[in-house]
Amino acid sequence: MCAFAAIGDVLKPKSFAGLFGAAPSVALATLYLTISSKGKIYAATETRSMIAGAIVFFVYATFASWLLMKRNASSLVVTVSLMPVWLVISFGLWFLLLR
Amino acid sequence: MNLSVNFSALRDAKWQQFALRFLFGGAICVLAGVIADKYGPAAGGLFLAFPAIFPASATLLENEQKEKKEKVGLHGTIRGRKVAGVDAVGASMGAIALGVFAAIVWKLLPNHSAGLVLLGATIIWFAVSVAIWRTRSLMLHSFNRRKTQRER
Repeated sequence: MCAFAAIGDVLKPKSFAGLFGAAPSVALATLYLTISSKGKIYAATETRSMIAGAIVFFVYATFASWLLMKRNASSLVVTVSLMPVWLVISFGLWFLLLR
Repeated sequence: MNLSVNFSALRDAKWQQFALRFLFGGAICVLAGVIADKYGPAAGGLFLAFPAIFPASATLLENEQKEKKEKVGLHGTIRGRKVAGVDAVGASMGAIALGVFAAIVWKLLPNHSAGLVLLGATIIWFAVSVAIWRTRSLMLHSFNRRKTQRER
């Protein structure tokens, strides 16, 4: 996690560095632990849902960039207040398609 | 647009900035495990693509840009937010590649070595991210050039 964060900090331009804000750092750590404890099939099932989570992350980041650049909103307010939106859409997709 | 690496940013970085991202990322790992135990792997898996590090990165970036401008006597709030917005554009492109990462692991993990699948999927995540970023940069460059020609 820190490695991806450090890479993002040193790179320019910031649109390129931003790629590392969506690096699979949490996924790698979680999948490593899941594979060790519950096996590969269980972990593979998790990654199927991760596709839906990633689509919602795209929506989240696109909306956040619009609010930051066009509405001049604070980063902390935007990124934290959009988290419930990520949760609602993700769980909505899970409820409708993946359950 | 040329890429550059500024190692002095690491020297200027405070350890709390990394600790914050590490703690938040770790908390999401735990949360994903707890939700998977309670509601099944399909629900827990959503959290593998939770925007865990991005909020801290964007906020730190805004503050850093603000401080830089204030050092030379300027008001840097707007500049800081615009830079954080550009960072978010990058995160949105990385998120598309994150979906590709997930699809690769989903399809290959059951029948192949876990280490190789995770390593390969991470390399492909990076390659897809860079390809999307490069395509967008070229399209923006071409659009701006045509706009300038029309205005002349």
